[in-house]
Amino acid sequence: MPMTDYTSWGRVHRSRQIVCPPRWRHEPLPPCDAPSRLPWGRGRSYGDCCLNDGGALLPTTALDHFIAFDAKQGILRAEAGVTLDAILRLIVPRGWFLPVTPGTRFATLGGAIANDVHGKNHHADGTFGRHVTRLELLRSDGSRRECSPQENADWFAATVGGLGLTGLVTWAEIRLRRIASSEMAQQQLRFANLDEYLSIAAESDAEWTYTVAWVDCLSSGSKLGRGVLFRGRHAESGPVEIPEAPRRLAVPVDLPFSLVNGASLRLFNALYYRGHPTRTRSQRMPFLPFFYPLDGIANWNRLYGRRGLYQFQCVIPQGQEAAMHEILARIARSGQGSMLAVLKRFGDRPSPAMLSFPRSGLTLALDFANRGELTRRLLGELEAVTVQAGGTLYPAKDALMRPETFQQGYPRWQEFSAFRDPAFSSSLWRRVTGESA
Amino acid sequence: MTDNILIIGATSAIAGATARAYAQRGARLFLVGRDAQRLGILADDLRVLGAADVVTFACDLTDFERHPELVAKAREGLGRIDVALIAHGILGDQRAEEADFDKARENLTVNALSPISLLTRLTPVMREQGSGTLAAIASVAGDRGRQSNFVYGAAKGALAIYLQGLRNRLYPDGVHVLTIKPGFVDTPMTRDFPKGPLWVGPEVIARGIVRAVERRRNVVYLPWFWRPIMAIIKAIPEPIFKRLKL
Repeated sequence: MPMTDYTSWGRVHRSRQIVCPPRWRHEPLPPCDAPSRLPWGRGRSYGDCCLNDGGALLPTTALDHFIAFDAKQGILRAEAGVTLDAILRLIVPRGWFLPVTPGTRFATLGGAIANDVHGKNHHADGTFGRHVTRLELLRSDGSRRECSPQENADWFAATVGGLGLTGLVTWAEIRLRRIASSEMAQQQLRFANLDEYLSIAAESDAEWTYTVAWVDCLSSGSKLGRGVLFRGRHAESGPVEIPEAPRRLAVPVDLPFSLVNGASLRLFNALYYRGHPTRTRSQRMPFLPFFYPLDGIANWNRLYGRRGLYQFQCVIPQGQEAAMHEILARIARSGQGSMLAVLKRFGDRPSPAMLSFPRSGLTLALDFANRGELTRRLLGELEAVTVQAGGTLYPAKDALMRPETFQQGYPRWQEFSAFRDPAFSSSLWRRVTGESA
Repeated sequence: MTDNILIIGATSAIAGATARAYAQRGARLFLVGRDAQRLGILADDLRVLGAADVVTFACDLTDFERHPELVAKAREGLGRIDVALIAHGILGDQRAEEADFDKARENLTVNALSPISLLTRLTPVMREQGSGTLAAIASVAGDRGRQSNFVYGAAKGALAIYLQGLRNRLYPDGVHVLTIKPGFVDTPMTRDFPKGPLWVGPEVIARGIVRAVERRRNVVYLPWFWRPIMAIIKAIPEPIFKRLKL
């Protein structure tokens, strides 16, 4: 079997692994001559949680069949390799929507479960895992278990948010959200700094299904944390359709250097901020650009050049907002960062997952072009501030966190270990636990 | 009008993608393949995607004795057959087939004789209907014999010639015959090949097949750029060609 270079979305890690794709969900796992295996969806995680250097990847590309769709109750059962995009194409014209969606629709159902992903409605609806009603787990010993919050509940809690380590999820069933229109009612509000953000975010979260803010990661002083808040909900009337996506732009090749640098960033951020009026602006828009602005550009990660990018996403517990000030100040001082820096308040809806990332507090996510040691040092500082404040980092985005950070931030990790399939592992898992393949 | 589509070799990647394209238009489908459980998985998927009806029939397609039953059941299940797509095939192993005729015979049986048997059984049905399309997947490999895959090429070439003659024969009856020649397709059958820019996914081939059926094309290369590529390969004089390592 050929060794294949697979990268994750951040493209910092290059890892070598053999590929053993499962073909049909009822069949046993394909034989695989490797020390460990890891399911692989579409490689949309940023760091190394979807890589298994020296082991095997099980791409779920062929597990892309729908199983059942109850269009009256809004219950969908599908194989784990089905993408959120394929699901939307099926359900939106029939008046349903994903209960929770991350910022890309090219992730798979299995990936959404394994990372217990969240969206702009976390404050209202919690994580993806809350809407999973059932799944099947196939283990390397050939056993199969149907798991739900009631049945095999411990296996369910380990597998949701389980980073693909408890075995292969062959299929899952999710509860959908009813929509009256595929359009979104959206408002945009500018805020002058972090404190202003906190007050308008709290008020917006009470009334809007979806809220998220763009933040100018270079502004400092009294403007520290200025940005634009977007809040939206599904329109109550209007068309129900998959909007014709505009022809996708694509970044065809690796750029030799990063287009995202200090100068381009400063210019973009200033223009973008000023491009939004001080008063509230309301508009209707199709759901695609509302939820997935970056999906419009294929392989946008290549804009960061050959050396790739790191993404940083932390959560800072409620009451520790000073730490978020500190993080933003350090980023602004460094001059690194990116156009797309995103701020959001997580709510307190509990996730069923043992290793879920979201928890009540403030989350910040942004990219950093990989400038080597300079970038890693900054990320180390941000990590330290996060941990100090009792927060943690998101494994789906992370490439660098220290083992202690993971073990403190995910205190149930040892309990989780007992559910890990002994033949499954990942580059991330070995990095944060020190276990061998 | 709902299309009635018979797909033989339905569990192959290209056939599966084609079935989905038809299901999304609300077609009624009759799927034939070797493995009943795999067919069941496809059938559920196609129903969710919008197929008006899906019936499956499991059989080994080299079991020629079962071909009459297969065609009778398809006719019964669909009422009339608007499109019959014959999509099963194996790649084989050229080196092994050169050395062992039993292996070569297996390749010829699966890739040439089995489709020809099915076409023979389907022809009177289509003739009686006075309409419909018989489509089969041949290959660019059947356009010229090359040292790297001439057993597979001979089988696909034989099928292509048969289809060409059948098209000629059935023209007066209003029955259309479509020859499909895919190039490099990224499927489980070609999993271990290194992939280059000429490779496409099975969905691309599926869209091409649906379009070619609609437009009553005779011979399609999928994607289209294989037509000029194969024109060049076919034009190379034999004294030169025999020295090449293609």
